[in-house]
Amino acid sequence: MYTLGTLIYTAVWCQLSNMSYCPHEGRVATAVGVEVPDKMKSRIPVVLLACGSFNPITNMHLRLFEVARDHLHQTGMYKVIGGIISPVNDNYRKKDLVAAHHRVAMARLALQTSDWIRVDPWESEQAQWMETVKVLRHHHSELLRSLPQTEGPDHGRAHSLAPTAVPELKLLCGADILKTFQTPNLWKEAHIQEIVEKFGMVCVSRTGHNPKEYISGSAILQRYQHNIHLVREPVQNELSSTYIRRALSQGQSVKYLLPDAVITYIKEHNLYTGDSS
Amino acid sequence: MENSEKTEVVLLACGSFNPITNMHLRLFELAKDYMNGTGKYRVIKGVISPVGDAYKKKGLISAHHRVIMAELATKNSEWVEVDTWESLQKDWVETLKVLRHHQEKLEASSCDPQQDSPRLERPGRKRKWAEQRQDFGQKELLEPKTKDVPKVKLLCGADLLESFGVPNLWKREDITRIVGDYGLICITRAGNDAEKFIYESDALWKHRNNIHLVNEWITNDISSTKIRRALRRGQSIRYLVPDLVREYIEKHDLYSPESEERNVGVVLAPLQKNTAEANS
Repeated sequence: MYTLGTLIYTAVWCQLSNMSYCPHEGRVATAVGVEVPDKMKSRIPVVLLACGSFNPITNMHLRLFEVARDHLHQTGMYKVIGGIISPVNDNYRKKDLVAAHHRVAMARLALQTSDWIRVDPWESEQAQWMETVKVLRHHHSELLRSLPQTEGPDHGRAHSLAPTAVPELKLLCGADILKTFQTPNLWKEAHIQEIVEKFGMVCVSRTGHNPKEYISGSAILQRYQHNIHLVREPVQNELSSTYIRRALSQGQSVKYLLPDAVITYIKEHNLYTGDSS
Repeated sequence: MENSEKTEVVLLACGSFNPITNMHLRLFELAKDYMNGTGKYRVIKGVISPVGDAYKKKGLISAHHRVIMAELATKNSEWVEVDTWESLQKDWVETLKVLRHHQEKLEASSCDPQQDSPRLERPGRKRKWAEQRQDFGQKELLEPKTKDVPKVKLLCGADLLESFGVPNLWKREDITRIVGDYGLICITRAGNDAEKFIYESDALWKHRNNIHLVNEWITNDISSTKIRRALRRGQSIRYLVPDLVREYIEKHDLYSPESEERNVGVVLAPLQKNTAEANS
C-alpha cells in the first residue's frame, strides 16, 4: 500500500535523481565509476538472486525482477545493482526438467536485451544438486570479491567502503516459496533462518497465496519479517512454465508469453514436444 | 476435413489499444489455435483496428501513436497486421461498420482477377456465374462462393461481450448483425459468466453458434489501464508489452497524468450518438 508520503517522496525522488527508467541509459549506477546522486549513495546496494528450474524461462520470471526492483527502489532504502538467474542442477530430478545447458541457453537468450540481469550457470554446473542457501553463499562471496578496492580514482565517493555500501544479496521468488517452508523436510530449519537472517527475501505475490499468513504462521519468518519484502504485482499473472510446456506439447502458440528468441530456440532444439525422453 | 473445405477466417480486433499490450497479442494467438483446432476453420489473418480519436475515451492519446505502437508490436508477426482505416475516419465509426468495411474489402479483392492466390485465380463475379452455367459439371468448377471469400469475425475479450449490456453503448440492431452476419470470438477466463450472459440475451442466444467462447486458462491480466498507471508511477512495464512498444513510449513520453486527463468530462462518442438518436 502506498501512503501519500511515499507517493510524494517517490515523485520528488524521480525528479531529483535524474534517473530515467530507460534501460538504454542504465537505470542505476553499477558499482564502479558512475556518478550517483546523493540520495542514491546512501542506499543499500542489492543484488537479486532467483533460483528455480526455469524450464523454460518465461516473461513472468522476468517480471519478478522488474517488479522487485521497482519495489525496493520505492522504499527509498535500496538500490538494485544487479540480478542473477540461477537455473537448478539437473540432479534436482524434477519431472520434465530439460538439460541444464538448454535452460541456461534459453535464459541467456531471454536476457539478451536486459542491461542488469544475467544468468549464472554455476549452480547447474556443480556435480550435484545443492541447497538454495549454498547458492546464496556462493554468489554473496563472489559479490564481495568483485567489489572495487579503496585505492583508485576518487569519483566523488567516500574514500573507504562504508559498511552500508556492502551489497546485500537477496533471494527473489514468488510468494509460494514461503509456503514451501512449511513442507516437512523440504528445507532445513537452519537454512531457512540463514536465508531470512543473513540474506533476506523479496517475495512477489501470486494469485491464491497469502504471504502474510505464511509469515505469521512461522516463528522464524515472523522474527525476520523486516527482511522479507512482500511485493504486490498489480498485473495478476498465472503464467507458469508448466502451462508453457503443456501448450507446447499440444502444438499451441506461446508467443508473447516468453521472448521470441526463446521460442525459436525451443523449436530448433525440439524441446517440450511431449515425447518422453 | 481438407483445407479446401474449411472456412477461411480473418480475426478483427477493434479497441483503443492505448497502448497495445502482450495480452492483446495473446488474444489473436489463442483465437487462432482455437478456431484452427475445431477443424472447420482456417485463420488466415489477424487485423488490429485501433479506434479513432473521435471516440473520446478518457486518457485516449492520438491515434497516430497508437497505430505506430500496434505496428511495432506486430512487426514480428507473420499473420497479424494493423489497419488504419477506422482510425483515419473523422467521426467515430460503429464496430458493425468496421466489420462491414473489412468484409467488403475481402470480397472486393477476391473478385480481383489480378489477385495472386495459391489456388485457382478467381474471376470476377459476373464471369464466374456465366462460367458456371457453361462449365456445368467440369471438375474445375469453383467451390461454392460462400467458402471462397474469407469471413471476418470480431475478436474480443469478455469485457466487450458484457459491454453489450451497457445502455446506449451499442445499438440493439448492431449487436444482432454483429453476431448474426459476422460472428464473435470471445476470449474469456470466466467462461461461465460469459455463457450466462449469452443465455440471458435473446439476440445473443439466437446466434450462439456464431459466438465462440475461448477459455483462457491462465489469468493474464495485462490491461492498458494498468500499463498507463505503472508508467505514471515510474514503474517498469518490461515484459508486459513488446520491447519496441516500450521504447517508443519512453522515447515520446506518451503517458502522463496529463494525458490521462484527456477527454475528461466529454461524453463517449457512441453514448452521445445513440442517446441523440434515441431522443430525436
